Amino acid sequence: MSLAKRIIPCLDVANGRVVKGVQFVDIRDAGDPVEVARRYDREGADEITFLDITATHDNRDTMVHVVEQVASEVFIPLTVGGGIKTLDDIRRMLNAGADKVGINSAAVFNPEFVREAAQRFGSQCIVVAIDAKKVSSAGDVNHWEIFTHGGRKATGIDAIEWAKKMVDYGAGEILLTSMDRDGTREGFDLLLTRAISEAVTVPVIASGGVGNLDHLAAGVLEGKADAVLAASIFHFAEYTIQEAKQHLASRGIEMRL
Amino acid sequence: MSSVAVIDYGMGNLHSIAKALQYAAPHVDVQVVSDPDLILQADRVVFPGVGAMRDCMQALNHSNLANVIKEVAKSKPLLGICLGMQALLTDSEENGSTQGLDILPGHVVHFSQSLHDAQGNNLKIPHMGWNQVHFSSHPLWDKIQQNSRFYFVHSYYAVPNDTTLISATTEYPTAFACALARENVFAVQFHPEKSQAVGLQLLNNFLHWDGQV
Repeated sequence: MSLAKRIIPCLDVANGRVVKGVQFVDIRDAGDPVEVARRYDREGADEITFLDITATHDNRDTMVHVVEQVASEVFIPLTVGGGIKTLDDIRRMLNAGADKVGINSAAVFNPEFVREAAQRFGSQCIVVAIDAKKVSSAGDVNHWEIFTHGGRKATGIDAIEWAKKMVDYGAGEILLTSMDRDGTREGFDLLLTRAISEAVTVPVIASGGVGNLDHLAAGVLEGKADAVLAASIFHFAEYTIQEAKQHLASRGIEMRL
Repeated sequence: MSSVAVIDYGMGNLHSIAKALQYAAPHVDVQVVSDPDLILQADRVVFPGVGAMRDCMQALNHSNLANVIKEVAKSKPLLGICLGMQALLTDSEENGSTQGLDILPGHVVHFSQSLHDAQGNNLKIPHMGWNQVHFSSHPLWDKIQQNSRFYFVHSYYAVPNDTTLISATTEYPTAFACALARENVFAVQFHPEKSQAVGLQLLNNFLHWDGQV
């Protein structure tokens, strides 16, 4: 009897529709975000994350409406990420009904933004999203760095040090995405996940690379993640959230069933 | 039509709690208000809260809502949620030491660092996610299954002086009070407005509660 590990479906939203890019090309349409969120709630999702993958002005307005609609009828925690750059962006999303916001590149460009956001709104609603990529060669000691621009631009920042710094600045949770694995369906980068989870005091959500239910279980059991996030395996109804939870429970993981 | 006032003291977003109350009981008049008169006129009062204890108490003392809440606690059903529960106690360790409303005598303390689960893994702070609630009999737990999971996010928890005030406990990893009850006052550390069906049931129970135990 203890705290359950969480399964978090992620809705990548572009122009008001849920899409899922496979390594950022070949975008397929997975439907209306409000409809999809309702389905995930019914299936027992522990939280839902909305990611604005265009981060354009128009899409931001669309996201506000999506969150407002979902928050009026889905009563589980909602997180919104993508293009969150100012305190006003955060306020807008929280007022629309989001419980947490994900801050990604804005934290890299200006770490103080995370501190200000946590002071103003509380750490409980500040998720720092970290996109990390392995930079060490095979055979060397593992080393991951922070990348921006969808994994294209290196920053030279060590991922583990960065995660610790973000927690010091007030992050209440870390959303960790392996840019090597994102969209590959080969499973999480478990060594990266474990290294970050053991380095910080706050919960870590593993993301990037889920292709089957064993990958989710491994994220918790080997990666030591507190929550696991996936998009495409749920969007196209390969697995329901309930099936995923049953599977993790069968592996001895504490779940809300 | 019965009414419920959600106290707005400028601390964060009350959209979720207002929507959840309305969804849980469509016939109830849900008002998000800061006006003391409107709060005192309502049949029931919800005292929500997120953020830091010191900011919360400063906002309450500035607006005189501290006295309004003390008045409500004497007379009608009051539901404190999360920081709204913690503020009902005497004081909190948060921000050095912060005086609370002292409606429920006791203290608010931080989870100790370096907690471990049975497998030896570090337990994270904040305590975030769905955890089981073990409750004793009270009208607010009506139609809710024993050991149901509710959604938590907090780093501090309440320790009442009088343990008979404890209406429910949760383990992280040892048991702490996640709900307190005394006469017409009820308070929960978790977020019923984010706890799906069981949370809505608890809100529905509150909206039908006459304040008697």
